[in-house]
Amino acid sequence: MLNFVEWLATTEWSIALHESLYLYPWIESSHVLFICIFFGTLIFVDLRLTGVVFKDLSVETLNKKILPLTLIGFCLMCITGLLLFYAIPIRNYQNIFFRIKIFLIFIAGLNALFFHKRMAREAKDWDANSSIPTSMKVSAVSSLFTWSLVIISGRLIAYNWFDCDRQPQSDWINFLTSCVVDYQLYEEVDGI
Amino acid sequence: MEYSQTIELFYFFEDSFIGQYIRNSTWLFPIIESFHLLGLAMLGGSVVIADFRLMGLVLKTESNSYVLLQTKPWFKLGLCLLVLTGVPLFLSEAVKCYYSRAFWIKMTCLVIGIAFTFFVRNPLVLKIENGKLISLLGFSSFLLWTVVAASGRWIGFS
Repeated sequence: MLNFVEWLATTEWSIALHESLYLYPWIESSHVLFICIFFGTLIFVDLRLTGVVFKDLSVETLNKKILPLTLIGFCLMCITGLLLFYAIPIRNYQNIFFRIKIFLIFIAGLNALFFHKRMAREAKDWDANSSIPTSMKVSAVSSLFTWSLVIISGRLIAYNWFDCDRQPQSDWINFLTSCVVDYQLYEEVDGI
Repeated sequence: MEYSQTIELFYFFEDSFIGQYIRNSTWLFPIIESFHLLGLAMLGGSVVIADFRLMGLVLKTESNSYVLLQTKPWFKLGLCLLVLTGVPLFLSEAVKCYYSRAFWIKMTCLVIGIAFTFFVRNPLVLKIENGKLISLLGFSSFLLWTVVAASGRWIGFS
């Protein structure tokens, strides 16, 4: 994996991206805007399930109308996110917050999978009885909570407290970030 | 206000207790900043849903005023979270903000955005409900808040 990101870092576009004065900030800013579209609309979908907003609309109706927007936000967010990773691959790969973020996205993804499977099967019943099962409400709140943590850890990637080029770090930090503690090697990637 | 008075005021902000306290902490600024981002997502979601409805892009079978009324409380909550986190962030680096063009663009658009939302968009939507003008209001509001968010992010780059 480290070999792969090291190779990525040597590709022409990666160098161009992180050396560009304006492109990187533009991608970063649009990443934030797409987070607003993705998470902002997801907030309403989840809040509907907990029963605090759009109560006059059925869960099914609201989801059908809002989730496409959420999905568009998600795709754009992924594209810009991948570009941001690609601009600084080694540093991101070894960044502890990046790793926490990926782990949390995985958890949020599992939650979403569970959620949508059950929703596809049962949403009609909830609307007919106008009662949403508690487990679904828990899932909706977990979604809000996990995605919030994803955003927070994503924001923290920018900070270099635990970066490999800042040694000494405790052994478990170096383990979690897969840092190869070899000062000569890290002098080369210093300053990104 | 004159130039020297404004910059003095910004130095005063930066020297404030909260400003110093945040600057002296490693974690505080990033954590407050993260919650600022969550507030932005909440405000952003309300803006996207309401303004896209006004432009006729989503929830077309629901009325404009219904969607506006449903999203409004969350817009306000997001805005509160943004102001509550934004003020301490500003205090911790007021002088940097003074020299940042992005900061002034953001603040100008923010003031216009708040005034536009509460005094123009919302009352007009509730009063006229439909029409070309309403779509235009939605488009303008979306554009304004996009500039606020993007220039806000840009403060961090300067």
